[in-house]
Amino acid sequence: MAAEAISEGRTGGDFWDGVRLSMPVVVASAPFAVLFGTIAVDNGFSVLEAFLMSAMIYGGASQMVGIELFGQHVAPWLIVLSIFAVNFRHVLYSAGIGRRIAHWPVVQQALGYFILTDPQFAIAEARAESGRPVGFVWYLGLGLPVYVFWVIESGLGAVFGKMIPDTHALGIDFLLPIYFLGLVLGFRKRPLWAPVVAASAVASIIAYRTVGSPWHVSIGAIAGVLLAVMLPPHHSGVGKRP
Amino acid sequence: MSTTFWIILAGAVATYLTRVGGHLVISRFETIHPRVEAGLNAVPAAVLTTLVAPELLHAGPAEWAALIVTVAVSLRGGLMAMFLAGAAVLILARQFVG
Repeated sequence: MAAEAISEGRTGGDFWDGVRLSMPVVVASAPFAVLFGTIAVDNGFSVLEAFLMSAMIYGGASQMVGIELFGQHVAPWLIVLSIFAVNFRHVLYSAGIGRRIAHWPVVQQALGYFILTDPQFAIAEARAESGRPVGFVWYLGLGLPVYVFWVIESGLGAVFGKMIPDTHALGIDFLLPIYFLGLVLGFRKRPLWAPVVAASAVASIIAYRTVGSPWHVSIGAIAGVLLAVMLPPHHSGVGKRP
Repeated sequence: MSTTFWIILAGAVATYLTRVGGHLVISRFETIHPRVEAGLNAVPAAVLTTLVAPELLHAGPAEWAALIVTVAVSLRGGLMAMFLAGAAVLILARQFVG
């Protein structure tokens, strides 16, 4: 009984550990959720449709691109393809995080992949790297607040969006790059971090200038990953892993 | 059902495929080659970098100030401190340089 109580207490603790880590993500994504709702209604979505898009796709950048194309009356299949292209980076997240959560029951894994966003992946990877287990309860504690706030704030933006003051002065357009830079820096102790960052940065900037958005994300990411694959294993430190 | 609804549904399916697809491919292999593992370990830095780097092309003084402060705070503080410091500098600087 005592052991049960302890393990239950730890599970609750894991959940709240996750919730605590989710707070910066909730803060950083809030303006984008509201902004998305506003733009969605501006481009001809109903409040319910804006709400549904956030609840079902749950990927900020892809939702923005989708709504922009919808407003320009682009063909539906092209809108869906663009959403797919913007979200393509998740293939890499999925391959990476699969190693950490393969021991979960299948239903939990299926749900885990549904909420696999940029910060969800980065924070879960950081936890795995520090040697702690990535449990379902902790993962849900991290992801659930972000999801719930994202969906609710999208709805609020759709209903009240017109009331947002000067978004540029509030720095809203540049909050996510700051946040993502913070996440990148959080991985700086990993082997090969500097060369991978350099390769991805250069490749994504070149691709942004030539091929264009959103493909610069996938091209830049693949450049960094390929560099890590090609460099001799003793540099990447994988042999030393337990 | 409206066209909009079908766009949302198809977009959701396409997105879920990207979120589960990498795992479905990788899990077909029994062992992971060390080089593949090194590649997977590089994923966070590689992908997240591409979400920041192109922003540097049109970053002005306010944006650069925010990024530099973010890097400086990262040497000591956690993610929340980093983000709040960077955001504060950005908002403050934009009041002056736009």
